[in-house]
Amino acid sequence: MSEPTGPKGLTRRQLLSRATAAGASFVVGAGFMAAPNGAWAMQTTNLKPETMASLVQMARDIYPHDHVADEYYAIAVKGYDTAEAAEGIEAGVAALDAMAQGKGHASYLAMGWERDRVDILRAMEDNPFFQQIRGGLVTGLYNQKAVWPLFGYEGASYEFGGYIDRGFDDINWL
Amino acid sequence: MTAPFELSDDSVVVVIGTGAGGGVLANELAQKGVSVVALEAGGRHLPEDYLNDEWASFGQLAWLDPRTTSGDWRVSQDFAGLPAWIVKAVGGATTHWAGASLRFQEHEWKAATTYGNVQGASLLDWPIDAAEMDPWYTKAEEKLLVTRTGDRPGLPGNNNYKVFEAGAKAIGYEGVSTGRMAIQSTPDGEYNMCQQIGFCFQGCKMGAKWSSAYRDIPEGEATGNLEVRENAQVARILHNDAGKVTGVEYHDADGNLQMQKARVVCVAGNSFESPRMLLNSASSMFPDGLANSSGQVGRNYMRHMTASVYAVFDQPVRMWRGTTMAGIVTDESRHDPSRGFVGGYELETLSLGLPFMAAFLDPGAWGREFTSALDLYENMAGMWIVGEDMPQETNRVTLNHDVKDQHGLPVVNVHFDDHPNDIAMRDHAYAQGQAIYDAVGATRTFPTPPYPSTHNLGTNRMSEKAQDGVVNKWGQTHDIENLFISDGSQFTTGAAENPTLTIVALAIRQADHLASEMSKGNL
Repeated sequence: MSEPTGPKGLTRRQLLSRATAAGASFVVGAGFMAAPNGAWAMQTTNLKPETMASLVQMARDIYPHDHVADEYYAIAVKGYDTAEAAEGIEAGVAALDAMAQGKGHASYLAMGWERDRVDILRAMEDNPFFQQIRGGLVTGLYNQKAVWPLFGYEGASYEFGGYIDRGFDDINWL
Repeated sequence: MTAPFELSDDSVVVVIGTGAGGGVLANELAQKGVSVVALEAGGRHLPEDYLNDEWASFGQLAWLDPRTTSGDWRVSQDFAGLPAWIVKAVGGATTHWAGASLRFQEHEWKAATTYGNVQGASLLDWPIDAAEMDPWYTKAEEKLLVTRTGDRPGLPGNNNYKVFEAGAKAIGYEGVSTGRMAIQSTPDGEYNMCQQIGFCFQGCKMGAKWSSAYRDIPEGEATGNLEVRENAQVARILHNDAGKVTGVEYHDADGNLQMQKARVVCVAGNSFESPRMLLNSASSMFPDGLANSSGQVGRNYMRHMTASVYAVFDQPVRMWRGTTMAGIVTDESRHDPSRGFVGGYELETLSLGLPFMAAFLDPGAWGREFTSALDLYENMAGMWIVGEDMPQETNRVTLNHDVKDQHGLPVVNVHFDDHPNDIAMRDHAYAQGQAIYDAVGATRTFPTPPYPSTHNLGTNRMSEKAQDGVVNKWGQTHDIENLFISDGSQFTTGAAENPTLTIVALAIRQADHLASEMSKGNL
């Protein structure tokens, strides 16, 4: 029931130099992570960048929408980069990695197939760490106004006069 | 213009709550010249304040004080601390309601007689019937300006309705329409016409939907006989040695305890807070709480057999455009035990925005089975199912002494187990709802579990005999002559219909009775 995580703290920038690959989706440097295509980057202050990268992947694996860019998942979990939350999150991601290692992978992020990562998540779905992340995503992801148009949802309508003249009954395929 | 009454003024009627019951009662009494102090736990939000934003509006309006839950209902698992989705504000849940305004059917006033012995159910006939209520329903329909009553036309159907209507007619349903709604449907009426904004649940920014917040409350205040105290949360109701109530203790906006004296107290805080106030008012004279000699206070909690069906299609619907509850199928509301259950249900269109759909479509679900449904949100249509649930003595609101609210008072625990009749009815309704959408080409349908309850009923039920319930046919408690219940908690049984119109009709009738009894010197 919390307010959505805002876009604060997220900056778009060009691909950063001295970056090292930490997973399929992310390039991580000292204290920051960035998309391989340079579309966006995010600084972390309390979490290790690799941990944030794992969280973003975990968020996508929980609520996978292939037409929604990583940027929005990153915004959704950015709020865990706090002094209070960091210890629990680091422990949770370490547990994810340990489970991945138990299946012969270097880390959760290093698992190439979504189904393998989801198997790990299914095995831990009743634990508080998983529930914390999943529960937070319900508002953290789906209550981002920038995400709504990706699903066709139009949001507020009062300021546009409602839909009385804007297609409330325009269905044409029945 | 508000009428400030002294705390020591013991000539006033104190009404607790300003929603469909309390808000209407307060206005009706004020119109008759009765002095009323209305105590409202929430603040005052008006159409200009309402937000076209589901979570932000929820934060603005919802009752979020702590509550606990138990029982086998799925709400207890999915929303353990939020058993109800109701409002803490002037106007109560009439800000949030969708506007469906249906009369009970004749047989529903006689549930025990009509349904016979249903094992595990505490069915009872109401001490009033359809003939008694007919004129009060008419007054309620005129107050709420209900479409398809009087000479008021129905609302136009939106996209979600058109899908629903086509599917319903395709499987043979006949009682299909845009329903009876307390929403202004014409441009020449007293209030703004519905602009098909689509955020009915978040408070109508046009004021086109009836709400006591901006209709009855200001009308009552204009008489000079009604004072509404906002952010005034009642702690307990006081009584004297003669066993009559004498006043109400409440926490004001600053958290200070105040005491308003009263000639009569009318409780209308919805089906959790109303019994909670009675139970929290226990004294040496009434050790089990006020008006509880029967042990019935808090029992027989009903929430309607609810569920939803959503469906996705291969083409867009955009169900969020326009009135949230845009149409109804009434064919299944009859009593027909051949379907495998007693009582009936209504099918009513419903839409949720993307944020609430993510929270309510299948709470707790994750992974591609879930997200592939949301991927087609734009192609989704939806309906809500509302049917009569069986009263059970063990479905019950009790005080939870382990959890306290911000004022240090025990919160309520809400215990609810589905009755086998509820489950049979829900399964039938899921199948019918899915058939409606399949008939117009749904590629996938979703039998969605109940949301936190919006129709909270029973818990201070009306009964002919004092041992069977809490109030008599006037909403007057059997035990205390100047203590009344004025909200949905007095429902003996729930019927299949959305309850607001009946709550309003009962409040108008109760105001008439109260004013009459007071003028005769009986109260």
